[in-house]
Amino acid sequence: MDARTVSALASLARWLTDPANWQGSHGIPVRILEHIELSGLSVLVAVAVAMPIALYFGHTGRGGFVAINVANIGRALPSLALLAFGLVIAISLGLGLGFWPTVFALVPLAIPPVLTNAYVAVREVDRDVVDAARGMGLSESQILRSIEVPLGLPLMLSGIRTAAVNVVATATLGALVAGGALGRFIVDGLALQEYDQLMAGALLVALLAIVTEVSFAALERATVPSGMVAIR
Amino acid sequence: MKRGRMLVAALVAVAVVASACGGTGGTGGAAKPDVIVGSTNFYEQITLGELYSQVLEANGYKVTRKFNLGAREIVEPALESGQIDVDAEYLATLLAFVDKDGTIAKPTTDPKATQTGLQKALDPKALTVLDYAAATDQNGFVVTQATATSKSLKKLSDLVPVAKDMVLGGPPECPQRPFCALGLKNTYGITFKDFKPLDTGGPLTITALDGKQIDIGLLFTSDPSIVAKNFVLLDDDKHLQLADNIAPVVRNALLQKDDGTLKRLLNSISAKLTQPELNDMNKQVAVDKADSKVVAAAWLKKQGLIK
Repeated sequence: MDARTVSALASLARWLTDPANWQGSHGIPVRILEHIELSGLSVLVAVAVAMPIALYFGHTGRGGFVAINVANIGRALPSLALLAFGLVIAISLGLGLGFWPTVFALVPLAIPPVLTNAYVAVREVDRDVVDAARGMGLSESQILRSIEVPLGLPLMLSGIRTAAVNVVATATLGALVAGGALGRFIVDGLALQEYDQLMAGALLVALLAIVTEVSFAALERATVPSGMVAIR
Repeated sequence: MKRGRMLVAALVAVAVVASACGGTGGTGGAAKPDVIVGSTNFYEQITLGELYSQVLEANGYKVTRKFNLGAREIVEPALESGQIDVDAEYLATLLAFVDKDGTIAKPTTDPKATQTGLQKALDPKALTVLDYAAATDQNGFVVTQATATSKSLKKLSDLVPVAKDMVLGGPPECPQRPFCALGLKNTYGITFKDFKPLDTGGPLTITALDGKQIDIGLLFTSDPSIVAKNFVLLDDDKHLQLADNIAPVVRNALLQKDDGTLKRLLNSISAKLTQPELNDMNKQVAVDKADSKVVAAAWLKKQGLIK
């Protein structure tokens, strides 16, 4: 490593270990909590919107293709544009700056992976199992609840995991509209030319994204039905 | 066949005559370098960029516009490195930016002295500051009419006893800028309850002030929303704000390629740009949502700078 890299890393380490940066309403713990709150709510809203649609289309097997393609528009819309649009809406509704405009930008980003995976998860459940259940007299909602959802759960969670990681990384945009969260360090670091702060912000976001990824992966493994473990 | 040849000969003759005319017609045409006009990211800068661009274009310069580049942190290095050639700057703020410790010169409330100091600081960067305009765009601290009445605020000194209960909003860099929160602390002894990072005199600050998310905001003295929203601009009674008169800053490399016309044209804008003229253009662009191109063209025509 050359001298500049070493000094950059040293200043990053100094910034991260400075007790002043861990205290108060602008400190790292508060920013991390804000980031989790912002990302968590955005993913929850996306799940609440996408899951019923995915389960319905997955179970009936009709129109799923259309639903997935409509949802995929969310992937194509630039989050930055949604953020600006969300800001205008939030101001007109009196919701203020920061939090709600960012949620508005993040939900469309989270919907496509949740919807696509949940739809595929239900569709991919072995049709023989579903037919057997139907033959045994289970109602459609029973089939969904006790066959399709449990068997598809790991794949559904994998969709939520993708969404959550995307959202955690993108929630940094909120700082552009006066929001809190870890993006604050990145935006303020750039404005102040304090590159240690900027790098620390980026590092913390990356770490949070990795923690999110690992936690969901563990959850997915834990939810594989016991009957399917051997197959894996 | 013969006719075809005659046609070719005629075309060649026309072309020769045309090019000869072009050569004699444009006196000093060869001495007009291409110009890249840059700007930072708010409406006044774009209007100023248009003023510079259009006066140059009207006089035969080929102009490339690189507007909305970002904050000074991005635009100043772009000017130094030649990614842009000209931009509109503010004397005192630029001096404080290029000479952070004030080792070369310190900005003052006097524009002439500040300009001289700025030029000294710009010399090693091979940049030249041209004539400054009477118009300024300085930091101004504003409160709502309601806050001004309830806390009886007219000037910044009035904040001293009440600031501890107030939240200041401004650009993220404000707490460490000598002309923002840091200056209020050092010059006036004012410390606020909290600071909310918003934007540079933009919609976030105005909305936050309007919606009472902040109690006092940093806007610019030429901000049209002060009038539109009935905000109260607090008087800078201890002269924290320095001479931020508007002036073009140009790369020496460009001036050397030019015959002096460019300098004269840009200075002709500064000579006419008074505070009411600037604020009027700002209002047209920011409040009435007029196109800055159109506003700039109308102003230049009115001043007789373009036909």
